Amino acid sequence: MSTDAAGPSRDPGLQPERTRLAWRRTTLSVTVAAVLAVKSALHGGATADSIVVGAVCCALWLGFLLVAHGRIRALAAGRPPTLAPRLATAAVLCAVAMAVCAAALVT
Amino acid sequence: MIEFVRNVRLWFAPEEVRDEGSTPDYRFSLANERTFLAWLRTALALIGGGFAVDQFLPDLRWGWRVGLALALLASGVLCSLRAIDHWVRCERAMRRGEDLPASRFPALLGVLVAVVAVAMVVVVLAGWEG
Repeated sequence: MSTDAAGPSRDPGLQPERTRLAWRRTTLSVTVAAVLAVKSALHGGATADSIVVGAVCCALWLGFLLVAHGRIRALAAGRPPTLAPRLATAAVLCAVAMAVCAAALVT
Repeated sequence: MIEFVRNVRLWFAPEEVRDEGSTPDYRFSLANERTFLAWLRTALALIGGGFAVDQFLPDLRWGWRVGLALALLASGVLCSLRAIDHWVRCERAMRRGEDLPASRFPALLGVLVAVVAVAMVVVVLAGWEG
């Protein structure tokens, strides 16, 4: 870490902020996918099955939101800790589960 | 493939990643995290594309529509799994002070997206003709 006139805690690259915004962008992408999933579930006569799949997609969106929120809070610390593999795996599993829901809705 | 299976174990075991080597500058870890998130967004975009093919090309024949949608969804799954695999491998390489892993995946994904795009153009044009 560089220590310049502004003090030892100043990071000229704004790395935590950029990482926080990357999490926000990713959350937005998940939101778009979830909205498309709900639209797909309700499109053309919603059956009980498709409503359940749509609800699962909403739950996945909420899960990803919690993961992202937890990470964003951790990044606010002065010296942010490394991303825990468990969080990364949870984020990826949300995406994979959403793809599985999509496959169920499409076929 | 065996390497991949060994990495899968690491996804769930943060302590093992932390055991190796020394902690790199946190900025490098954050850059690695952002790359991971960018790949995850790419995966989500592919998944969204799968939904979009299904919903916005309703006049296509069932086989083409479902086939294209499933191809996009499968590539989205592949992309997200690769995202975390690459993240773990980069994190480990940085801790050990090794070179970052090289990857053929970006080229593969590029070719796949190009093929799907050409297929979509052909299918949409054929749909207008018919």
